[in-house]
Amino acid sequence: MNAIEIAASVRAGEVSAREVVEGYLATIDAGNGELNALLLVGEQAARAAADEVDAAVAAGNDPGPLAGVPVVLKDNLCQRGVVTTCGSRILEGWRPPYTATVVDAVTRAGGIPLGKANLDEFAMGSSTENSAFGPTRNPHDSTRVPGGSSGGSAACVAAKFAPLALGSDTGGSIRQPAALCGVVGVKPTYGRVSRYGLVAFASSLDQIGPFGASVTDAALLLDVISGHDRRDSTSIPETLTPVSPTLENGVAKLRVGVIDELTNGGGVALEVRAAVLAAAAALEAAGATIESVSLPSTQFGLSAYYMIAPAEASSNLARYDGVRYGLRVEGENLAAMNERTRDAGFGPEVKRRIMLGTYALSAGYYDAYYGRAQRVRTLITRDFNRVYEGCDVLLSPTSPTTAFKLGDRTADPMTMYQSDVCTIPTNLAGHPAMSVPWGTGADSMPVGVQILAPALAEATMFRVARVVEDAAP
Amino acid sequence: MADENPTAITRAEVEHVAGLARLGLSADEVDRLTHELAGILIHARDMGELDLSGVEPTSHPLPLVNVVRPDEISPSLDRDEVLAAAPAVQDNQFRVPRILEAP
Repeated sequence: MNAIEIAASVRAGEVSAREVVEGYLATIDAGNGELNALLLVGEQAARAAADEVDAAVAAGNDPGPLAGVPVVLKDNLCQRGVVTTCGSRILEGWRPPYTATVVDAVTRAGGIPLGKANLDEFAMGSSTENSAFGPTRNPHDSTRVPGGSSGGSAACVAAKFAPLALGSDTGGSIRQPAALCGVVGVKPTYGRVSRYGLVAFASSLDQIGPFGASVTDAALLLDVISGHDRRDSTSIPETLTPVSPTLENGVAKLRVGVIDELTNGGGVALEVRAAVLAAAAALEAAGATIESVSLPSTQFGLSAYYMIAPAEASSNLARYDGVRYGLRVEGENLAAMNERTRDAGFGPEVKRRIMLGTYALSAGYYDAYYGRAQRVRTLITRDFNRVYEGCDVLLSPTSPTTAFKLGDRTADPMTMYQSDVCTIPTNLAGHPAMSVPWGTGADSMPVGVQILAPALAEATMFRVARVVEDAAP
Repeated sequence: MADENPTAITRAEVEHVAGLARLGLSADEVDRLTHELAGILIHARDMGELDLSGVEPTSHPLPLVNVVRPDEISPSLDRDEVLAAAPAVQDNQFRVPRILEAP
């Protein structure tokens, strides 16, 4: 059953939430040993939450739109009292004293938090190989990566460990693993979903979003987690348009632009390009108009991102100093304790980004690297705004390639960074985008098509996604 | 400006930055990072070909203004729960190694 069907059945009293949870726990028990998609399975809490949902139904109350639906949480989302690692040794064993707003929203809607999903350490990576607790493997081929950094969340949905999952997307960390695992993944408009309780990586880019096996399921979860939160000062105060009510409205007369630089770029595999063009043709057949559009500045997106995100990360991760939580390695004075703790607690990619970000922000280099990257960010946003004057949505690949083998891109950081070339521009602009599966490549691995939209135009983006989903091979 | 003088990052610069970042790197880590950061910084120099004169920097995707709320008392984090997560605690405070030397 998909999430919509589970919620309907539980609300109608036809299936108990407890039965649903037991079914998924059994699947996890059988499969997680191989995939390492979940770092923690909260069996007891999930059973207790399911029993509460069942009690509500028995009492004639409606538990909500996610009634009895298990939801996996990326392990950078805080749940009070539940171990949260961010895939890092520096936080191992930490139990947050508060709960993320999105987790509260899931629970209030009758959803069941089922466990904490593996991720690249502090969400820095594109393959989930940077987790301190071992890599997650792709459910379609365990010799391949699931993508990252929300690789555990994507793998859980693909492996049917849960019908829904939450991830975070700073440069593609929801969309790229969704593409590589053959599921739907959504990066909402910056500010649409509260970041309270999400462990910060790059605060001007981070956004929480849903994974689902279908567009309709992802829409259900997005509508539950969207909305203003006074505990996140960057959350958008305006009333938001939900996406679920208009999912089936079709694409007649919508103007769709295919991004030339991202679709025809050198690193894009032929079969991925073919998938984007086939999705565009399907939209045209459904009544949309298609044109090729150019966003020249997106070619510099990768360079800008790998200055801005590490700069913000170097500041955000300064808090891991061995004083208030997590690991401490003793030293003869405070500075020595800080340095030893951070050297022992952070993995290689996190250190690389802290170093890169600290360098980009340091005296003498600020203007040349960080300042320049911020100006490129302006150009990218301008390019999007210009193109959106003539287009309702845009299409591109999500990932330039299908899922690669474990170890294939770990030797050289730039090779791994290239995995995000198509997804990064959206984060820099703060716009929404999502990945929808479109068949498989020659290696039988899933291909994802990316649908991009202007700020807060998620409802239109989801209408397009529904048509793409129905037309997909 | 670094981009007008594209020399690779030096080992000494990496050690200096590690100090700023409070990372106690091993000699091997300094060697590896010197090499890796140079590769990433060379890639970032492609931004140098853009004419950015007159382009304002973007630090945030939203036009943020100060966000205020009514000055009302609301629950804070539980002190004991917060302190329970700390590596060392004394008298309801975080305990850290000596900062000042004894006179």
